[in-house]
Amino acid sequence: MTTLMTTSATPPVTALTTLWFIVIAFLWTGYFVLEGFDFGVGALMPLLSRSDADRRQVLGTIGPVWDGNEVWLITAVGAMFAAFPAWYSRLLSGFYLPVFLVVAGLIVRGAGLEWRGKVSSRRERALCDAGIVTGSVLPAFLWGAIFGNLLYGTLLATVLGGALSLSVAVLHGAVFLALKTAGPVRRRARRAAVPAAACAVPVAVVALPAIPGGGAPAWTQGAALAAMAALAAGAALVWRRREGWAFTATATSIAAATAALFGTMWAAPLPGLTLAEASSAPYTLKVLTWIGLIALPGVIAYQAWTYWVFRKRVTGEVPALQAH
Amino acid sequence: MDALDLARWQFGVTTVYHFLFVPLTIGLGVFVAGLQTAWYRTGNDDYLRLTRFFGKLFLINFAMGVVTGLVQEFQFGMNWSEYSTFVGDVFGAPLAMEALLAFFLESTFLGLWIFGWERLPKRIHLACLWAAVIGSNLSAYFILAANAWMKHPVGYEVVDGRARMTDFWAVLTNSTALAQIPHVTGGAFVVAGGFVIAVTGYRILRERGLRLIPGRAPAHEGHSQAMWRTALRGALVMTAIAGVVVAGTGDQSGRLLAEQQPMKLAAAEGLRHDTAGAPFSVVPGVEVPGLLSLLSAHDPGATVQGMDDIQARYEKAFGPADYTPNLPVVFWSFRVMIVFGMATVGLSALGLWLTRRPRLARGGQGRRDRRDRRDGRAARPLPAWFARVCMLALPLPTVAIVAGWLLSEIGRQPWTVQGELMTAASVSPGVSLAEVAVTLAVFTALYGVLALAEGALLLRHVKAGPEEPAAPPALPATAPAGSGEARLTPTLMY
Repeated sequence: MTTLMTTSATPPVTALTTLWFIVIAFLWTGYFVLEGFDFGVGALMPLLSRSDADRRQVLGTIGPVWDGNEVWLITAVGAMFAAFPAWYSRLLSGFYLPVFLVVAGLIVRGAGLEWRGKVSSRRERALCDAGIVTGSVLPAFLWGAIFGNLLYGTLLATVLGGALSLSVAVLHGAVFLALKTAGPVRRRARRAAVPAAACAVPVAVVALPAIPGGGAPAWTQGAALAAMAALAAGAALVWRRREGWAFTATATSIAAATAALFGTMWAAPLPGLTLAEASSAPYTLKVLTWIGLIALPGVIAYQAWTYWVFRKRVTGEVPALQAH
Repeated sequence: MDALDLARWQFGVTTVYHFLFVPLTIGLGVFVAGLQTAWYRTGNDDYLRLTRFFGKLFLINFAMGVVTGLVQEFQFGMNWSEYSTFVGDVFGAPLAMEALLAFFLESTFLGLWIFGWERLPKRIHLACLWAAVIGSNLSAYFILAANAWMKHPVGYEVVDGRARMTDFWAVLTNSTALAQIPHVTGGAFVVAGGFVIAVTGYRILRERGLRLIPGRAPAHEGHSQAMWRTALRGALVMTAIAGVVVAGTGDQSGRLLAEQQPMKLAAAEGLRHDTAGAPFSVVPGVEVPGLLSLLSAHDPGATVQGMDDIQARYEKAFGPADYTPNLPVVFWSFRVMIVFGMATVGLSALGLWLTRRPRLARGGQGRRDRRDRRDGRAARPLPAWFARVCMLALPLPTVAIVAGWLLSEIGRQPWTVQGELMTAASVSPGVSLAEVAVTLAVFTALYGVLALAEGALLLRHVKAGPEEPAAPPALPATAPAGSGEARLTPTLMY
């Protein structure tokens, strides 16, 4: 009653198990694509700003959406808890300290973003900014490091994974800023995309093809190559001022890389754990499927509407006094 | 001291801390949405000023609720992996629903509300706030349903050492959940009402040039007594109604305890042996005969189970172990919850009496009075002593609601899932003492700093008061001239 036995017979992988693995991969993809540019914007904020007005302009691009973007992570993790409890619990307890650092980073980042406009002195604003930068850089690095370590278990893979996710997030953020701002900040964001791409593309050339390991399905190789090509295309497009297309390209790159990652984890989401072993019972998955079917389209629709409402570029020429 | 103890401390610290902010988010959100609705319907600028003033306080607090909530989502897996593996099939579903149905709604529409003042039509803008507020309240439903399952597991069977859900509807309509959800949500509205009462009391004093401690302050700062009075009345009504709900559902919870978690009830009463016509001990030594039986079974002669006898029965059923929770904590938190909660409701009832409007017929000038009353002019000024008493409305319900959680969760020990899984068997086996110690220390320190910062920020904004009514945010009739790049105003936040 109080002791846990490991499941003896391995249950088969069912259609519902497959579906929920794909749903979870989709939620992680949404998280990496959306919070990816949030992280990049946060990391670039001090580098692209010459004044406090610039900083407000930079942060104004993610202001209405970052919190909603973060819910993709909460939902991905919650869905793992419900659909694959053993995956959830072993992943989080296994990567205890890195996950803790991610959470701590997100805490200071959230506090910084929400409070920045409500504090009064320069020093307090600087503290908020420090929280935003730390809380953007740290998780952006750690997610790549966690999954790199998960796949290979080596220090090299950990560092390479972290470097990949951080540099791609910065490039993605620079492209997003170039797309969403006007004036000098837009120019600087476009210029910042060059060194960001110079870091991200070489790292990607090494790291991305390594994602599909031995037993991964063949298509994951294709996804990794597509991710690489899209990343290079994004860098070229932003330089040629095709910012909308550039953003599409970097977003596609992140999505393809995440697809390759989850395609590789399909056989064994964690070393020594198969999906079927980790899975909840069919009844639970059926319940979750109904809930997901009802809720997810709505979520996607109203989040898309948010981006539509705030589709205009953020300009710098806004009076600073009008605090909420 | 081992990893289990520290993991428990970490859960306690992070959860209690999280729950200092969440009730305010739940209740204050509805209050602000109510104010904005009033503005939308009447066009009265006072309501707009109040909306923006309390909206700002709401947002400062909301940030903390969100970031500390993140920890909760990860903590089950990090520190309690055996628990998570055992319960995930059942417990995970409401958590996933919470994220999917509530958190997305809350965060997305709150972003629209904060940045949408000048971009959205008034009506849509107001609807965004309501959507966010509904999200907050929905999240309370799901997380409390999950929590209730730990105390009274239903709709499941144990297969291969893991709980398997058999009836989702039973999980969502668990009797424990249905009693607990209005009890806790009602408590949240009492906390939020108390917060508004304290803030308005403070503003009333300040704008009359009075200090908190009797004496005169240097200067008058504003002339909005009628506006504050309106806010105060609203908060008093909210607190009083929510207080009645809390008391009623608390009674319901007590009766469920007697059948579902008798040990918790016995510990809360310090009742050692099975007793017919059990007395209610007010404090040790002072007893009201038969009251406990009356409360737990609505029958003064009913038998209530006592701790020692339950211990013996549990040993027979589950094997030798200590099945008694921490007695002093459970006993006293129960009393603190009741006394502090009742005091808040009493305070709100007193406030309602003191702010009542003069009777229609009194003085024979009914007709003129009616218009005056509508404008709040005929009402008597709020006595200064009561404005000072209002300050208590902030700490009282906060202490009560924290005490309620201590009673509920420490009283559940030694179980994480009543009758199925013990706390000692729930902890992550691979996580070391040092790891838990580090995260506990950092979370506690980080939370301490953030709590001070939030307190200071709230106080500063309360002292500064609302904006002058000069610049009501209206929807711009035309797009700014020139480029197609219309201005977005990020300054609402940054």
